Amino acid sequence: MGERKLMRGNEVIAEAAIRAGCECYFAYPITPQAELLEHMARNMPRLGRTFVQAESEIGAINMLYGAAAAGVRAMTSSSSPGISLKQEGISYIAGSNLPAVIVNIMRGGPGLGDIAPAQGDYFQATKGGGHGDYRMIVLGPSTVPEAGELTILAFDLADKYRVPVMILADGMLGQMMEPVELPDPVDPATLPKKDWALTGAKGRDPNIILSFDLDPEVLKQMNLVLQEKYRKIEDNEARYEEYQTDDADIVIAAYGTVARIAKTVVRRARAEGIKLGLFRPITLWPFPYEPLRELASRVKTVLTVEMSAGQMWEDVRLAVAERAETPFYGEMGGVVTTPKKILSEVRKYAR
Amino acid sequence: MPVNTENMVKVFGRPESLTDARFTYCPGCHHGILTRIIAKAIDELGIAERTVTIAPVGCSVFAYLWYKCDAVQASHGRASAVATGLKRANKDLIVISYQGDGDFASIGTAESIHAANRGENITVIFVNNQIYGMTGGEMAPTTLVGQRTTTTPDGRDPAYFGYPIRFSELIATLDAPVYVTRQALYDTRRIMDAEKAIKKAISYQVEGKGYSLVEVLSTCPTNWHMSPLEANRHVAEVVTEAFPLGDLVDRGG
Ligand SMILES: Cc1ncc(C[n+]2csc(CCOP(=O)(O)OP(=O)(O)O)c2C)c(N)n1
Ligand code: SF4
Ligand SMILES: [Mg+2]
Repeated sequence: MGERKLMRGNEVIAEAAIRAGCECYFAYPITPQAELLEHMARNMPRLGRTFVQAESEIGAINMLYGAAAAGVRAMTSSSSPGISLKQEGISYIAGSNLPAVIVNIMRGGPGLGDIAPAQGDYFQATKGGGHGDYRMIVLGPSTVPEAGELTILAFDLADKYRVPVMILADGMLGQMMEPVELPDPVDPATLPKKDWALTGAKGRDPNIILSFDLDPEVLKQMNLVLQEKYRKIEDNEARYEEYQTDDADIVIAAYGTVARIAKTVVRRARAEGIKLGLFRPITLWPFPYEPLRELASRVKTVLTVEMSAGQMWEDVRLAVAERAETPFYGEMGGVVTTPKKILSEVRKYAR
Repeated sequence: MPVNTENMVKVFGRPESLTDARFTYCPGCHHGILTRIIAKAIDELGIAERTVTIAPVGCSVFAYLWYKCDAVQASHGRASAVATGLKRANKDLIVISYQGDGDFASIGTAESIHAANRGENITVIFVNNQIYGMTGGEMAPTTLVGQRTTTTPDGRDPAYFGYPIRFSELIATLDAPVYVTRQALYDTRRIMDAEKAIKKAISYQVEGKGYSLVEVLSTCPTNWHMSPLEANRHVAEVVTEAFPLGDLVDRGG
């Protein structure tokens, strides 16, 4: 294992990507993920790898598409408005069965919004922000060390299923510093070979990468291949954490930064005798519906807390159905919620 | 009388790197001629086994079918960015990006200019037919003044729609590109010139010299509402007035 260091979330994601064997990184600057770009600019060329500051987020996502097609591990990062610009490219990557990693360090929206932490891009990330019937694995880290772990997982899952994987974090996690221990670097040369990649048609038939066919029957088949893959991902890759849920009457459902704040709330609520727990989805797609459903049948209340108007809330209600009450509390515009505010919400539902 | 083939020399044949797939282009369309001469250059340079071609969005969207080479289909306008990603990921690949005028010089303007300005070691073939062929004949950024299209039914009025953009001249102002040229295919001599230019452009990439752009004045008999012969004559007499042929930059020699 590597050394223990105090690092910022953005830097950890960048460094974890390098250690996962990411050979190409393309991005356009935007706050609050600038440190990610800077870490890559400092380190990728030194390692003989590619860092390109692209002309735009559209340029970056299409460079990512090209590098992924060439068969290397590759990544782009941005924040909300820039991620909006990448949507057509993400749809192409998904439709072409390419593995790629996309990082979104969310900020307040809509429009130009602000540069403060927010969670308003959940719908865009998990419900297909681009066109067509596609899905993207979405990972929501809630601590700096977890951001590193999930970055490495993102590359593994992308390669395993040949899908785009998004790391969905917010500006607070990007900026926050915590001690982390990063794993030893992977040598890209030791990664499994990709026989579908564009490496030159030497001694084999040409490999063609596309998301296109004018024959609806053929395109339907291509879609079915995607759907089959998505079912497999749903069956195998849902990840979540439960915290003090065993005897809970009320659970908070939250992800990312909010889940981290909610852990403090659980401890404070328990100190005043409220049996509170936390359900934290780690994969936002696939959403852990089954475990939440099971938990919901044992509690009275599932309180969703987000830094949005209630986006993950829809998935929570889908999972819980009528098994428990499903209130919502959220902050918007980059206003970060506090343990105090969440606790006063929780008290409303305590017996 | 039996023909004596003993002293005959083969002067014309199907390029090795061309597949048997039938072109999807209309009769008389220059996209077909251009595809063939690119394949010939790939053959002559012996690079089929390390070439990746990029098919754009446009009438040449099926370009991945024509060559016995690896290929990728890019989103509309972004082929030069995709080329950047491929080449940066694997510098041993020979990357040929084939793009229409709507693709390269309108929607892809930023990607086109910046790939050139970074001096990416790639070859771009830019097919200027002054029209959006695939979507049914709308105005392109290169549509001539006065030219009727489905979106300029009274002819392109520059006061309203601006002038045809000379994109190669624009690229030629940059410091990085090694070769920028404009070619045509309306007669045998032009085809032979275009062949040479394309071979040169790709050979510069093979030698690691950097970015080349070969603009090719092309026809769209279908949407120009002309016969193939009339279309050829139109390129020779009218289009070349707005888009003069010849090399704009050659820093590779
Ligand atoms: C993002 C996007 N916008 C628009 C289109 C529709 N479209 C397809 S081809 C095309 C024009 C292509 O024209 P050009 O690049 O000149 O190629 P040509 O067909 O003339 O060879 C357009 C606008 C698309 N596929 N994607
Ligand atoms: S529509 Fe025009 S450009 Fe397209 S194939 Fe037909 S002739 Fe060629
Ligand atoms: Mg055109």
